[in-house]
Formats: sequence, C-alpha cells, structure tokens
Amino acid sequence: MSETYTAPLTFSKVKAGKGLEAALELDRAGVINEITASGLKGRGGAGFPTGVKWNLAAAAKDPVKYVVCNADEGEPGTFKDRVILTDHADLVFEGMTICAYAIGAKKGILYLRGEYTYLQDHIEGILRKRREAKLLGKNAGGKKGFEFNIEVRMGSGAYICGEETALIESLEGQRGEPRNRPPFPVNTGFLGHPTVPNNVETFAWAATIMSKGSEWFKKIGTDKSAGLKIFSVSGDCKQPGVYEFPLGITIKELLKAVGGLDAKAVQVGGASGSCVPAREFNRKIAFEDVATGGSIIVFGPQRDMLKVAENFMEFFHDESCGQCTPCREGNGKILEGIHMLQQGKCSMHYLRELCALGETMQLASKCGLGQTSPNAFLSIVKNFPDEIMGRAGAAQE
Amino acid sequence: MTDKNIKLKEESRAPVSSSVQKFAAPQNEKAIGATITVTIDDKQIKVPMGTTILEAAKKLNIHIPTLCYHEDLCVAGVCRICAVEVEGQRTLQASCAYPITAPITVRTHTRKVRQARRHILDLLLSKHYGECYACARNNNCELQALAKEYGVDFFRFGHPDKPRFEVDRSSYSVVRDMDKCILCRRCVRTCIDLQEVGVLEVAGRSEASKVETFVDKPLGEVVCINCGQCINRCPTGALRANDPADEVWAAIDDPAKHVVIQTAPSPRAGIGECFGLEPGQPLTFQMNTALRLCGFDKVFDTNFSADLTIIEEGTELLIRLYKALVQKDKSVALPQFTSCSPGWVKFLEHFYPEYIPNLSSAKSPQQMFGAVIKTYYAKLMKIDPKDIVTVALMPCSAKKFECNRPEMCDSGFKDIDYGLTTRELAQMISEAGINLPAMEKSDFDDPFGTATGSGVIFGATGGVMEAALRTVIELVTGKKVENFFDHADIIPVRGMEGIRYAEIPIKEVGPVPDLVKHVVKDWKWLKGATLKVAVAHGTANAKRVMENIKAGGKLSECHFIEFMACPGGCIGGGGQPIPTSPAIRAARARAIYAEDTAYEVRKSHENPAIERIYNEFLKEGPCSHLAHKLLHTHYTPRGKYIV
Ligand SMILES: Cc1cc2nc3c(=O)[nH]c(=O)nc-3n(C[C@H](O)[C@H](O)[C@H](O)COP(=O)(O)O)c2cc1C
Ligand code: SF4
Ligand code: SF4
Ligand code: SF4
Ligand code: SF4
Ligand code: FES
Repeated sequence: MSETYTAPLTFSKVKAGKGLEAALELDRAGVINEITASGLKGRGGAGFPTGVKWNLAAAAKDPVKYVVCNADEGEPGTFKDRVILTDHADLVFEGMTICAYAIGAKKGILYLRGEYTYLQDHIEGILRKRREAKLLGKNAGGKKGFEFNIEVRMGSGAYICGEETALIESLEGQRGEPRNRPPFPVNTGFLGHPTVPNNVETFAWAATIMSKGSEWFKKIGTDKSAGLKIFSVSGDCKQPGVYEFPLGITIKELLKAVGGLDAKAVQVGGASGSCVPAREFNRKIAFEDVATGGSIIVFGPQRDMLKVAENFMEFFHDESCGQCTPCREGNGKILEGIHMLQQGKCSMHYLRELCALGETMQLASKCGLGQTSPNAFLSIVKNFPDEIMGRAGAAQE
Repeated sequence: MTDKNIKLKEESRAPVSSSVQKFAAPQNEKAIGATITVTIDDKQIKVPMGTTILEAAKKLNIHIPTLCYHEDLCVAGVCRICAVEVEGQRTLQASCAYPITAPITVRTHTRKVRQARRHILDLLLSKHYGECYACARNNNCELQALAKEYGVDFFRFGHPDKPRFEVDRSSYSVVRDMDKCILCRRCVRTCIDLQEVGVLEVAGRSEASKVETFVDKPLGEVVCINCGQCINRCPTGALRANDPADEVWAAIDDPAKHVVIQTAPSPRAGIGECFGLEPGQPLTFQMNTALRLCGFDKVFDTNFSADLTIIEEGTELLIRLYKALVQKDKSVALPQFTSCSPGWVKFLEHFYPEYIPNLSSAKSPQQMFGAVIKTYYAKLMKIDPKDIVTVALMPCSAKKFECNRPEMCDSGFKDIDYGLTTRELAQMISEAGINLPAMEKSDFDDPFGTATGSGVIFGATGGVMEAALRTVIELVTGKKVENFFDHADIIPVRGMEGIRYAEIPIKEVGPVPDLVKHVVKDWKWLKGATLKVAVAHGTANAKRVMENIKAGGKLSECHFIEFMACPGGCIGGGGQPIPTSPAIRAARARAIYAEDTAYEVRKSHENPAIERIYNEFLKEGPCSHLAHKLLHTHYTPRGKYIV
C-alpha cells in the first residue's frame, strides 16, 4: 500500500489513556452526558448523535450488550479509517472501552474490512498490549467490576457489510444483508442483544472528547455539526490524502487546502453522496448542508461527468446485496440508462422516467445503499444537464 | 384415560429466520399494558405495541398490496411493494415489517407510494419472462393480480423476450422455472424456516442473485423431500408441481385402458377453493360424478386403503410391542413411526437414516391401493392388470415421487401410474367444462365403496393416530371405543399444535379377535400398560421429535408416533389449492372432521370391504406373507448429500 499523505491530526496530540481515566472517574450517566454535550455525531456517514445512541443502548434492559467498531470502510474514496487504525488504534480501542463502560457491555468487536487483513497483526498487537496493561479484561482500567474485551473479526469483502445491520448479520455468520429497521441495533443487535455500532473515527473522537472535554469539541464546527472531522481526499487535486478540518468548512476552503480550486465538481460523501458543481462551492460540509462520511473526490475540468456517474452506478450495481426490488433492479436500469445516454439513445422521456425511478429507489429501498445509490446520477443530471443532454440529441422525443 | 399435552422445549415451531429480523410482539395487550393509536388514511385504531402497519391496516379494512409477505412465514421486507408513507419519516416504510411502537400517522396511497409500487412492479416485470396464458398460475398469481390492480398498461422498463434460465424438470414432484421468479424468497423461508429442510438458498448478489439449490444442482439431485410447501407459498408460477394431466387424458382416451382413480380425503376438502368456494366446503360426492364425466372408469375412495393401512400398521405395532414386551427382543425398533407421508419418509431417509427400522413397513394408502387394484381387483374384474391405469388424486406433490420409487412395483406393474394433485384435477375438470360445485352427488364404486370415518381423518394431522387408536383400543379391549372417548373422538391427538403427546392407559383387555389371532394369543401382557403416542406435523416439528428421541428424551419412550411432512397434515399438502394460511388449513380440517362424524362406520376394522379383502384375498391376515409382499415396503438410507 503506497504511503498516504496525512496532514497533522489532533489524535496525534492526545495522550493515550487520559480519556478512559477521565471516563472511569464518572458514573455511566456522566459519560453519556459528556458525549451528548459534545454534540458528537456519527462519523460513518449517517451522522446519528453518538450520545443519544449510547443512551438508548444503556437504557435497554439486557444483561448482555455489545460494542461494535465498524472498520469495514468500503465507500469508494475513503481511507481515513485505515490511517486512524494504523496510527491511532489505541485511541479507537479507548473509545470502545469508554462506550462499553457507558452502556454496560462486556464484549467489543472490531469488524475489519477484508482488504485490511494486513493490519490485523498490528491491531492484535495493540490489543495484546492493552490486555497486558490491564486496560482490557477484568477490572479494566483499574475500575472494579468493569470487564471488557475486544475481538477482531475479518469482513468478507462486501461493501454492504459496512451497513450496520448487514455487518451484524455477517458477524452472526449469515449472508451479509441489511435487516428491517426498526428494531434498531441499540435494541436488537448482535445475537439479538443491544449493540452500539460506531465508526472507527467516532470512537477515536469519543476518547478524545473524554480527554479534552466536551466544551473543547462543541466550540469547534457549527451548531448542528460540532467538532473536527477527518477527510479522505482524492481525485484531481495537488495533494490527495487524509486531512482534518472543522465541520462547517466550505467546499472552496477545503479545495484550497488540498490544491483543487480549478475543480468543476466535488463528490462529497463518496459514491452514495452528492455531486456538488463549482457554482455551489460556497456550501458547507456539515450534516445540515452537504453531509459526508469523510470522502471527498475532486473532479477537474477535463472530467466527463457521465463517465463519473457510470463509475458510481457500476459500483452500486456490483455491490447491491440484491435483497430488495428497487435497489436490485433499479441500479441496473439506471446504469443501462447511462449507457443509452452515452450512445445518444436515451429520450428525454425515458431520462425523466429514470429520474423518477431514482426517487423511488431513494424512498423505497430497504437500506442506505439503495436509498443513496441514485444520488450521484441524479445530482449529475441536475447539475450538468449540458454534459448529459448533449448526447441525448440523437433520440429526442 | 388421560391426555397430557406435554410441553417440550421449543415444542411448536413458530417460523423464525436467522437472517431476517425478529420483533418480539407482545402476546396480548395486557402483557405490557400498552396499546397505541395509529392513524391510517385518516382512520384510527388502537393496536397492541408491536403490531405491524400491515396488520393494523387489515383491521381497518385498508388494503395494502404484498408480495414477499406470507402469513406462515417470518417477515422479510424485501419486495417493498407494501411501502407506505409514515408521517415524519424521510423514506417510505415496508408496512409488513414496520412494528408500531409509537402513535404514528400512515398514508397508504400517496403519489410517492403509488409511484413506488408502479416502479417496483415495472422492475419485476422487466425481468419476468413468461406468458400468463401458458402458465400454471394463470388467474391465481399474485404478480398478475397486482399488475391488474395497479393498471400496468405498458412495460416501462422493458420486458424480456427470451428466457435466461433453463426450466428444472429433474424432480418428480417440483418444477422450477426461475424466469418467473420475483425473488420474494418465500420458498427459501419455507424450506429453511418452516420445513427446516434447507434445500433452497439465495446465491449471488445484486441483479445476479437467484434462488438456488446447493451448488445449483438440479432439484431432483438434492435433499428436497418433495413436500411442495414452497410451491404453495410461491406467489407466481416459478414453482409448480410436475403435472401428468396430459398422460392421464391420453390414458382416458385410450379405449384399451381401464383407468381408475382413487381420491384421498384432503383434496375433497380443498378442491372447492379452485372453483371459488370458501375453504372448508367438501365436494366429495360431486367430485365422483365429475370424475366419471371426465372419463374415469372407476372412482375409488382412498379411505379404503387408509383403513387397510390402519390394519396393517396397527398389527405391525402390536407385533413390535409383543416382541419387545413379552419376548424381550431388544432388536425391535420402537417407537414405530408412521410411513404414509412420503415427504416425511424421504426426510428421515436423508437426515435420520439410522432410524429407518422404526418406520412402519406398511406402504402408504396410495401405494397399497395401487397394489390391490392391480392384483385383487384385476382378478375380481377379470381385467389384465397391464391394461389398468391407476391414478391417485392426492393433496401432495411428494406422492408423485413416491409412486415412482422403483420398489413400488409389487403387483408386477407400477402400482400407481400417476399422482395427480388437487390443483391439477381441478384443471382437468374445468377443461372438461364441468362446474364442479353444481354437480349432482354420486357414490364411490364397488368393490371398495364403503369407507369409514377413520380413513377420512387421515387428511388432518393426528388423523392416522386417531384412526389407529380407535382400532387398537377395540381390538385389545373388545369394547367400543365410545366407552372410553365420547363419540369415538380422540381429542388429545387432535389440534394444530406442532407436537402433541398423549398417554392411553390400557386398564382392561378382552379376547383376541380373529383378525389378529395369528400374531398374538392373548392380550394379558398389555393389561395395565400405558400406550404412549405422539403426533408431529411439518418437518421442522418432526426434527424436534427426532432430536428428542436421539437425546433419549420423553418421546423416546413413545410406542407410536405419527409424522406428517406438511404443516397441518395432508390438508396443507403441496398439491392443495393456493393460497394457504393457518385459517384455510383449519377450515379444511374442520370439513374433514365433519365428514368423519357423518360416516356410519367410523373404525377401519369394521369396514366391510376390509373384512372382505381379508376373507377373500389376504386370507392369512394382516402382516402375513401376501400382505407383506403387496402392502409393505422397504426404505433407502440416503444421507444428507446423496440423492
Ligand atoms: C451501504 C452502506 C455502507 C456503509 N459502510 C460503512 C462503513 O464502511 N463504515 C462505517 O463506519 N459506516 C458505514 N455505514 C454506516 C453504518 O451503517 C452505520 O451508520 C455506522 O457504522 C454507525 O456509526 P457512526 O454513528 O459512528 O457513524 C454504511 C452504511 C451503508 C448504508
Ligand atoms: S437497498 Fe440494496 S443493498 Fe440495501 S437491502 Fe436493498 S438490495 Fe440490499
Ligand atoms: S407467473 Fe404470473 S405473471 Fe408470470 S406468466 Fe405466470 S401468471 Fe403470468
Ligand atoms: S419441496 Fe419441500 S423440501 Fe423441496 S424445496 Fe420445496 S420446501 Fe424444500
Ligand atoms: S421461486 Fe417463487 S417463492 Fe421462490 S423466490 Fe421465486 S417467486 Fe418467490
Ligand atoms: S410485502 Fe412488505 S416488503 Fe414485501
């Protein structure tokens, strides 16, 4: 794996162990209050408030609970979790341990993307050290009666297994397919027990927040999107790599930092995110504006946007689990439509039909994959009509 | 007499799925004291926590379309046709999979909902290769019905003009045409969760996903037990039974052939449904008339051979008990298992081959009748058995496999030539232009004419056991069973519970009747004994019984256990009219028990035709040499991976 450029991260300055120490001095409710007060929202994409999630799991009445770290990182254009796990795994495990303490879980599982198998030894090594340092196991972190262990489980290479309920199915040894929700994992998760699934980065921030205080985190970012965020930046820019920015940063500011100001569009949020054209580069990257799990793909002036849409649709067409009708069949229809557009064989009428189908997929698919897979296509059709329609000429209505 | 419905661990199998989410809905409203008001299309209703939107809508008489949902199966939530709008939710929700836990407001036919449903249908049709007019499910297809309901007037996303798959005709029982499959996975859930056989699975991802057998082998080469439960739950024509109607018509049309049909108890309780009647209206005697009109030369009642089975199987049980209890023969396999359900037999051959000795060697009523027709009847009527064609009207798809088992030729010919299902016969009857419910009634043909109520109840789970007990009790005590059970109704073995257990203490014994004098001298050894019996239906329950026996549990002490492969017994068989549901099966069962009560003779050993065949033909009595040659069989250990 080639060296990924990594800008300075706050995580490097956080003293390992301090967050856990601080957490174990509080009672469980105190920890959840602190996380809630920080305004931390999930860094895996959906942006669910982490404190609320932990609180739901803490409130669930079940002696058996689980903490799951989602390290399946499969979204095209994301690699920040890999960097975090390589350089700051201790912080991630610390965050998991804090979560376990807060919700009352004895067992944690790190679900590691199949392609990251090469990281397994490194990660197991860190876990071993933590066990030796009594940060895991019985009376973890010196807290009497608090027991917690972490196990690493390897994913099997399917993108869909990053979806939290499919991940749980996969952990249970089933075909990795999303479940119906509700009920949610915080009630009925791994083996039917309350489970908190969080992204790698979310756990690292949770540990950082316990170390530096919720005030510090809350002050950064916007009202609705507190704190710092790690970004994976790729595509047509001078310095692709992993960056840390406060949420609320505008796309323009971000492009400036990575050397991509001449971009004609930016894909925010990976394949399932949206494609923002240059005229909207003043928009903020934040849950209330353009949300992202951390993937930023820069498209330079020479990019063929229809080709971009084709690439994304090919990805989803391969990765759909095939369970529900709108996604299983819809991705293929849109991909076919893109091919028709490329050949100038798609009528305006059919293009409208495909856009309506996109809406149906967003509304009626069972999980986030199908609900977001048409996003890129729809935003490219909307924002780059010239590039799309130019070719439809041959078959106007 | 006591009846004890013991509680086994995980006794009755409620369908669950490992891969599909379970939501623990409270058993009753008081259990958690919470009811919630939900508003659907401006109508309000109070429902218990956990009720799904679909169930709540049903209570309000609001129709929401479904495809992957089935009352017998766990919720999958995959087709998404049942999508509705829930106020405050960004996306549409699958109403079959959405448990109500807060007061919500639902709309079932907004623009978004209608658009989504049309799109889902259009997407399914864009992959669906098939012509309705050449399809087994024409007019009985959920996809076709929805296309009409939603006014599909053109194929928005195209329509295939050539097949993608080859039709799998390798099985004697089930034909798979995956070009008509809409991936609702009901068959998978049926086979894995309901029946726990596990032949079908989903393989591949995305558009390439499809329902497959293990490594995509032909169905005839895997552990499929031919129960046909998947057919009954398939919403389309993707799964159907192997239909021999053309061959049957050809035999009828051939003047050289003497074509006889035997009709099993369950089809008569179900066939009305194919003619628009409500479930539970038997058409036994109308069917006799219709069959003759179709051109069958003779119409016999399988109840005759059901009674014969009871005598043979009951005698076999008495012999086993005698050997075990009196002669202390340790090699005798007990409990004795019934063998009349060919799905169950194949299940045991695959998964519990070490228990083959426990299977009664008695053939099923279908096969006994075939052997009797091509020997006894042929002689009686002076017809060359090679000119006789035996057709069996059965509720069952596994019967097609059974009649093709190579060992089922004891008459010197194929004992049964064709197994016809209820659905296939309904088709033949309508092809002949006959309006079945309007037919006048007529009786069965001699020499097997008179049947007994005991034969009829073979169709419902517990029926074989009840029939056997009626006979055994009378043979042993010399008294009318009515002395022990009101109206001879042995209630403890009836019902729809998955596994039932009963104990029948034998407090008194009488003289040994002539029929079985050749096997036992007296009954003294049975006095004071307690007969322990059990009943299981659906192979998932059968599996639980077998595991209990293997572990040396309570059921290993049983003497006799009735097994039926299909949920509900034969009335829920894989050849019965579609749709099926617990309510429909219960209605069919009621029809069968009502028929039983209407019979004058309700015990197998009192059937005059039975007395006659033992007097005239099987002169050495039940389980004697000739009876063994014609009426008994053997089984094949198959294992889990071989055919
Ligand atoms: C198709 C799909 C793929 C996903 N992949 C990932 C992933 O690789 N990593 C991740 O953390 N979350 C992924 N998610 C989001 C998870 O379902 C879940 O929301 C997240 O793990 C929760 O953690 P958070 O609250 O910390 O973000 C994915 C979601 C979908 C719908
Ligand atoms: S939306 Fe796609 S990935 Fe998600 S459940 Fe449906 S088919 Fe599977
Ligand atoms: S499965 Fe249904 S829709 Fe398809 S051809 Fe048969 S009847 Fe028509
Ligand atoms: S016939 Fe029965 S065993 Fe065979 S696939 Fe269908 S459900 Fe499974
Ligand atoms: S074969 Fe029938 S039941 Fe099975 S998935 Fe296809 S349509 Fe559904
Ligand atoms: S019927 Fe509800 S999703 Fe299929």
